[in-house]
Amino acid sequence: MAAKVSSGGVQSRGSRALDKVLFVVLALGAVIMVFPLFYMIMCSFMTKNQILSADFSIIPNPWKGGMYSEVLHKGLFLSGIRNSLTVAVPVLLVGGFTSSLAAFSFAKLRFKGREQMFLALLATMMIPFAVVMIPQYVMFTKIGWTNSLLPLIVPGLFGNVSIIFFLRQNLSGIPNDMVDAAKIDGCSFFQIYYKVFLPMMKGALMTQIILWFMGIWNDYLAPTIFVQDEKWYTLQVVIRSFNDQYAVNSNYPLIMAASVIAMLPTLLLFFFFQRYIIESMALSGVKG
Amino acid sequence: MASTTTTTPAKTDKPRMSRMALQEQRWGRLFVAAPFVGFCLFSAFPIVFAFVASLSNWTGTNSVFANFCGLNNYIELFTDARFWKTVGTTIIYMTGIPIGMILGLLIATAMNRRIPGVKILRTMYYVPVISSLVAVAILWAWVFNYDFGLLNLIIKALTGAKGPNWLGDEAWIKVAMIIFMVWKGLGTSVILYLSGLQNIPRDYYEAATIDGATGWQAFKNITIPLVSPVTFYLLITGIIGGFQVFVEVSVMTTNGGINYSAATVVYYLWDKAFKHQQMGYGAAMAFILAIIIFIVTAINFKGQDKWVKTID
Repeated sequence: MAAKVSSGGVQSRGSRALDKVLFVVLALGAVIMVFPLFYMIMCSFMTKNQILSADFSIIPNPWKGGMYSEVLHKGLFLSGIRNSLTVAVPVLLVGGFTSSLAAFSFAKLRFKGREQMFLALLATMMIPFAVVMIPQYVMFTKIGWTNSLLPLIVPGLFGNVSIIFFLRQNLSGIPNDMVDAAKIDGCSFFQIYYKVFLPMMKGALMTQIILWFMGIWNDYLAPTIFVQDEKWYTLQVVIRSFNDQYAVNSNYPLIMAASVIAMLPTLLLFFFFQRYIIESMALSGVKG
Repeated sequence: MASTTTTTPAKTDKPRMSRMALQEQRWGRLFVAAPFVGFCLFSAFPIVFAFVASLSNWTGTNSVFANFCGLNNYIELFTDARFWKTVGTTIIYMTGIPIGMILGLLIATAMNRRIPGVKILRTMYYVPVISSLVAVAILWAWVFNYDFGLLNLIIKALTGAKGPNWLGDEAWIKVAMIIFMVWKGLGTSVILYLSGLQNIPRDYYEAATIDGATGWQAFKNITIPLVSPVTFYLLITGIIGGFQVFVEVSVMTTNGGINYSAATVVYYLWDKAFKHQQMGYGAAMAFILAIIIFIVTAINFKGQDKWVKTID
């Protein structure tokens, strides 16, 4: 079992036994962590009667997939999906562009006031949303935006501070000579961004955009404050209103089915890109 | 943004910039213009406005200036029992932060021992983090259901006795919220601690073993100090986030729970500002909250030299 010996060769038989115990404990913990989510999926296939029985059961009996088609035929649910996407797509496209352009400029171009502007942006990360939400709400009401998705879209178009921060860190490792070389080649400053640096930060930018999508998709506070008309509810607000509406007659299978669908996009994205997502999460923590 | 040029006259020894440098300056500023304008419109202006509004009996529709009331909102806040109750609840919820950090560090330490299937385990711990908060809050409200919830069904199956009325009792509701928050956030501590542990050179432990250190001594004297930057990060982000808990309360309870027992500061603020149109009062609360967050963060940053170590 040479493969099991660690690089230091200090692993004894006792520590291998310990590894086995630890594995069991860790696996048990992991099962406990995902069990509620598993139970959620199971509930979405149960009948109301089974859910409301006092006996403990996990496996649906009988299996009923009907709640999914019922949810997917509800106008409010479908408009919720549409509204969430209507917010996400322009924000990610335009906001991703403005954020990466600003990150490039903050990292690689020299101009007076650069550090001050950057610090001002960084400071906003510390300000609780609670402070700005009241004035923002009144602003949006005054210009008549609360009857649309604009309060959720427009602020995002100007870029995202944490993405700017992350990408700027990412670019700071690249030598400044790259800028000078591109200048000598006759590139304009926008071309330097577009042709030289954008390709270099493509991976980091994609990861950040995926994380941002998850943030927008899962956001609840801003949509619930800024959006009044049911017609403009985003998906999270919709499932919340389903919860209020259907819990009264204990239609939990329907609530759970709606919640499962609402969670699906972010879960799928996570499974496909988890290596990058975890890496980027770890980076933000270790480097502070 | 031409004004920023005139405000920096210090460098008179270099009066002229080359054409190229001037161009770079122009383009550089243009490229950061969007986030800067966004900052002015959606952060700077609202903050100033919120402060002015906090000095007024503003309802959102009446005039801010005609209803100016000086520091009245702040004075009223200090005698508002409900405000202090929500502050207390918010702080009680924060006991979840150390619980999550300790569990996270233990799990990460175990994972770091080259356990098979670490990647899958890591993913399983992380899934709650990326799940929609509203969806899992709905789920857990159901899990905590007194009569039919998963938790009480399990308790009944195991012990035969009926479990607590999780969301219907002033004390248990806090326990329930803490359990939920620890579950939701644990994955973050696991991932961050694991990557912190992987950065510690293995020879540190080998040297300690040769010196006769026990596993616990190595953990206490090598692991804990060397993951302290992660601990610091988790503490700061945990506290900043902990002061802003809202969605959990809003989704899992009706009107903040029995006797407002589950309500947090941000929930109360939202309640006042958006349900009762006391926008000025809400703004004052938001300001106090921001100041508390600022002070606590500053204390942490000041204190970090004492206990946060780096590998070099």
